[in-house]
Parts: sequence; structure tokens; C-alpha cells
Amino acid sequence: MNAPVPEIAAAADAKLGASISVRNLNVTYPNGFTAVRDASFELDPGTICALVGVNGSGKSTIFKAIMGFVRPTAGEVKLCGLTVGDALKRNIVAYVPQSEDVDWNFPVLVETVVMMGRYGHMNFLRMASRADRYKVDEALERVGMSEYRKRQIGELSGGQKKRVFLARALAQEGRIILLDEPFTGVDVKTEAAIVGLLRELRASGHLMLVSTHNLGSVPDFCDHVVLLNRTVLAAGPTAEVFTQKNLELAFGGVLRNFQLGGAALHDDADARSVTVLTDDERPLVLYGDKHRRHQEPDGQ
Amino acid sequence: MDSSMSALLTELLVPFDYGYMLKAMWVSALVGGVCAFLSAYLMLKGWSLMGDALAHSIVPGVAAAAILGAPFAVGAFFAGILASVAMNFVKQKSRLREDAVIGLVFTALFALGLLMASIWPTSVSIQSIVLGNILAIADEDVVQVAIIAGVSLAILLLVWKDMMVTFFDENHARSIGINTTFLKGLFFTLLSACTVAALQTVGACLVIAMVVTPGATAYLLTDRFGRLIIISVALGVTTSFAGAYISYFLDGATGGVIVCLQTLLFLAAFYFAPKHGVLAARRRRLEAIEAAA
Repeated sequence: MNAPVPEIAAAADAKLGASISVRNLNVTYPNGFTAVRDASFELDPGTICALVGVNGSGKSTIFKAIMGFVRPTAGEVKLCGLTVGDALKRNIVAYVPQSEDVDWNFPVLVETVVMMGRYGHMNFLRMASRADRYKVDEALERVGMSEYRKRQIGELSGGQKKRVFLARALAQEGRIILLDEPFTGVDVKTEAAIVGLLRELRASGHLMLVSTHNLGSVPDFCDHVVLLNRTVLAAGPTAEVFTQKNLELAFGGVLRNFQLGGAALHDDADARSVTVLTDDERPLVLYGDKHRRHQEPDGQ
Repeated sequence: MDSSMSALLTELLVPFDYGYMLKAMWVSALVGGVCAFLSAYLMLKGWSLMGDALAHSIVPGVAAAAILGAPFAVGAFFAGILASVAMNFVKQKSRLREDAVIGLVFTALFALGLLMASIWPTSVSIQSIVLGNILAIADEDVVQVAIIAGVSLAILLLVWKDMMVTFFDENHARSIGINTTFLKGLFFTLLSACTVAALQTVGACLVIAMVVTPGATAYLLTDRFGRLIIISVALGVTTSFAGAYISYFLDGATGGVIVCLQTLLFLAAFYFAPKHGVLAARRRRLEAIEAAA
């Protein structure tokens, strides 16, 4: 949460610096509903940040504010030090949609979807140059989807569909990548592949903001967490923020919470306990204070 | 033998000897092509019946324009705006679902149009508004229709890719700086304008076919949006041209002939499309059963 001084950040980030600065953001929809109140957080280059909260906690409103779909009623959003409008013009933000939001019967091929990532770099007629085609090839190769490039998008599996949209984000060369529920409907192998790719992107200075219900995998690959409930409850490094106390604050009664340990499990005098937190996707398992990934029963 | 052949040929070429037939065929083809272009987008969004609603809502505007002696496009434009304002108003002020609101508003306006045209009889008969009358189209109307269709086509050729991204993934479209609100507004403006133009060729009742059927047919034939547009426009142009031509021999009902032709082609695609047709699905199923056995 240590915000860099803008000028220094701008100089240091000249190459691929990606930052998000949300300050005192308020969003009230035309029907009078205030979705987000006084939300503030700062994210630096080379970050994978999870956006965690119950449905209706303002995750999608924060996304919409970052992409300029909703105007803040107060406060501001700055991307790489620029206003949202300027940032969009420079192709700084790439968006990977939730699977339910995509019309999979739309008559487009895999390669066409990825080429859409290049449109922002083309002239107004959207004529692809050789460089654009090369970038598309490269992006498809990187997510391992080259052999499926001539398929209609509806013919793919859940994991392949996700990878196509990741490839589009890569082709777009956005420094800030927003991912909406990237792991729903995705097999474990693809999830690992996606996480691997996100880590590579982090290493090259990208900033990824991931909206997810998948609490168990958050400590696995997210180095930062923003906990939401109509405002920012906590934001910062995962180890500090992603604690049982904060999660209970964020989820209230929605979260299932099992405590296993002590006399309930065994007869000896072992006082250690295990806490399992879940909102019905992959559970988060806490051993004392430490994060440990819940082991898949059939994991290798 | 030879002379009877040439007699037949002469007979078949007769429509091309009449100025009004030539005009009808070319205008129909142009309008059919642009409507087919729009149909590629319209049917993908589940908005198909909006075209129908629009066409019916425009009728009172056309009737009023005829009564006042104004260009029909102006009347249609205001009626279209009135329709969308009315729909929005009823939707916001009531708990009715959208389909009920659309049904309510467009039939009300259509009825108003019929009423106006029967109370103040004018040169434009109810029949020609509802069924179209391209064979008797006046020269100034040809100019109006040609301008509407030509400008619409030019705009579509410039923005078809941006519109594709907007219709496919609006969030992404915005993230690359496309003004999606503008593009959607533009789409509905073009749709209204082309509906007005198609009113002349096929009439208010059948406009819906012009802005749905060619796209729906092409959708069964390809998985690429660019090709879908090409196929759709080709279907729209040829069926409209041929429909006007055939209607000379059948003595009228151009709209009926055009839409019947389009429907025949749709049925052919529905059964015989190489990948998405009924027969292809049956073949795949049999192969799967055989492979399992």
C-alpha cells in the first residue's frame, strides 16, 4: 500500500510501468444505488492482486470504473498516472471477460478474437499489418492455442476458451490486465497454466487485477489482495490482508467456516487446529496463521 | 425450335425493356443488400423483433408525411423517434417486461397509421405502405431510397469491424477506445433508415424478413463474421433483384416474391448446410453411433 510518488513512478515505469491508483472512489448508479463508497487502494507494477468480496460487494463496479464504463460520483481512478480515458486510448487496459458474459455462438474464429486485441493499434479501418499478424501468432503460441486458431470459439473446452481471451489480452499488449473470474469452469491443468502465465507477466512488470471467488488459490498466486464490501475493507500484501479475521469481516455470514482440531479430531494433547474457509468454491485452509493450499484429493 | 427458344428469351428479357422495371429491380437489390448487411448483426443479438417493431411504428409517420406532402423519410424518422421514446417511457414507468412494451407500442402506432391513412385518403394508399409498391415508385422516392441505402452501405463498410467487436464484446470494445454507445446508436439509426427504405420495396409487414432472413441463412453457412456479411449481402441482393424481376410475370406482390425466395434459400441452408444443417447433424450422429458400435 505504499504509493509511489507519481513523478518517480512515471520515470521508473517508463518502460512497462503499470499502476492503478483508486482514491476515495464513490460510485452511485442513476437509480440511486451506491455500489462503492470511499474506496482507495494503490497497486504497483509487477503485481497480481486479487479482488475479493461477496456478490454485490462492488467488484464489478471497481472493474467498470477502471475501464471507464461508470463515472465516479466522487474520487478518481488513475492508470499509470493517466486518466482512464487517456489510458484506454493508449491500450493500457486489457480485459479478460467472465465466461458467462461471452456469446459463444458468435460466428468468430479463435484467431479473429485474438486479432480483436490488435484493433486498438490499427487505423480506423482496422486493417491488420504484418506486425499485427505476428503478434497474434505469438500470443496464440504463448497460450498453446495455435492448433485451434481456425476453430469457432464455441467449439472449445472451458479452459481453452479462457486461454483464447488471455491471448487477446497478450496481443493487445495491455500493461494492466483485468481478469473476471478466470478460474470458473477451468480444469486444474489449465488453471496451473494460466497462473504460470500470470507469473511470467508479473515478472515482466504487468499489473493484474483478478476478481475471484476462488479463495483457496488466492495465496497461491496473488501477492496482493483488496478485500471489498461496498468499500475497501483491507488492501495490501496477501500475508497481511488475507487473514481469517479480515475474511470473516468481508464475507460475514456468507462464508462457511469449519474448525477442525483438538479433541474433535484426536485423543492426544495436540492443540493445533485447522480452519477451513469456503464460499462454495475451492476452500481456503488455514493452519494456525499460515496459508496452506488445500490439497486436491486426486492431485499428483 | 430455334425460333421458339428465341421467343422465350425475348419474353424473359421483357422486364429489362421497361424503365419502371429496371428501376424496381435495381432499387430492390440495393435496399435488399443493405438490409442484409444489417441482418448479420441484428439476428446475433436477439433483437430481431426490434426491426419488426420499428417498421410498424414508422407507418403513422409515413402516412402523416403523405398527408402533409413532406418527404416520407422525414415522417418516418420522427415516428421512429416517437416509438423509441414511448417504449422507454412505458418501460421505465411500469413493471411491464420489454416484449410486452414493444408489442404494445408498435401495434398502437401501426393502428394510428392505418387510421390516419383511412380518414385522410391521400396518394399513398394503406396497401402500398403495408405491402410496398416498388413497381410504382416515384422518381423522387427512388432518389430518397438510393441516398439512404447508399449512405448506409458506405458507413457500414467503414465501421463493420468496430461494430463486430461492439456486438461481440462491448467491454473489450471500450477498452480499446471504441465508442460503443455511439456505434449502437448508429446501428439503430441505420436500421431505422433502411427499414424506411425497405418499406417501399416490401412494405411494413415484410421488412422484418429483409433484416433477419439473409443473416440467419448465412449464419448457418459460415463461422466467420466477414464471410457471413458477404454471404448475407449476396443473398439479399440476388433475392431482391430476382424477386422484383419475377414479380413482373406474376403481376405484382414484389415483397411476397422476395421474401419467399429468401425463405426458400433459408430452408435449403437449414437442411443442407455443410456443418450446421439438419442433414449434417444427422450424418455426424450416425457416424458417432457407427464408431461406437
